Amino acid sequence: MKFAIQINEGPYQHQASDSAYQFTRAALAKGHEIFRVFLYHDGVNNATRLAVPPQDDRNITQQWTKLQKEHELDLVVCIAAAQRRGLLDEDEAKRQGKDANNIAEGFRISGLGQLIEAGIEADRLVVFGD
Amino acid sequence: MAKKFLFVNRKAPYGTIYALESLEVVLISAAFEQVVSLVFMDDGVYELTKGQKTDAIGMKNFSPTYSALGDYEIKNIYIEKESLDARGLTLDDLQHLVWEDEDDDWAEKDSIHLVSSKELATIMADQEVIITF
Repeated sequence: MKFAIQINEGPYQHQASDSAYQFTRAALAKGHEIFRVFLYHDGVNNATRLAVPPQDDRNITQQWTKLQKEHELDLVVCIAAAQRRGLLDEDEAKRQGKDANNIAEGFRISGLGQLIEAGIEADRLVVFGD
Repeated sequence: MAKKFLFVNRKAPYGTIYALESLEVVLISAAFEQVVSLVFMDDGVYELTKGQKTDAIGMKNFSPTYSALGDYEIKNIYIEKESLDARGLTLDDLQHLVWEDEDDDWAEKDSIHLVSSKELATIMADQEVIITF
């Protein structure tokens, strides 16, 4: 089956990202396809490479980056939600005149249309949120 | 092939950002020529209340945008009756949302449908993509 995943909550604060990660891993292990993972609302914070969680805890962003590499996942950060919350890639930082960028490897920033397209293309869109 | 999308709004408008960012998704979805319907239930019914004034809380009043939904071909907006009842609200407390029927000389038709929880279950079962906010 072809799944699309939506994550609506930030890392550590809420279980949504962990559950989405476990679900995505399990689906891939069973041979399913993940069409796209879309980060929305505070879920965009899962894509920051500047988070430094305690060493004896999981690093949620790095887990996603690793999974992205292994399976060529399409990890998309909503640009409107990201701009509000200070999540920028290099191009966006330049465009907005900001002095830093913070998107982790393996994630890309794009528009809300990517979420609708995921809903159209996937057999199931699974939403992880509050 | 258009799919049936249903956006379920369950949160009050200003306590969290869900309502505003839900509306942003809904407006984008219109560009994809899908069959889009909305549900307002639980505290989400407050999103459509008339006469919102947000000056005192320093937030943008985005409620006028809902009146544009008809222009985006969104003709079915379901309000859960139990949610209204539980909050002492009636349809008169909500914005009157309409769409224009081009096959009927652009007659204005109601977009808002009051449905019971049971009817809502049937509507949800009929959808292909449900996104909850």
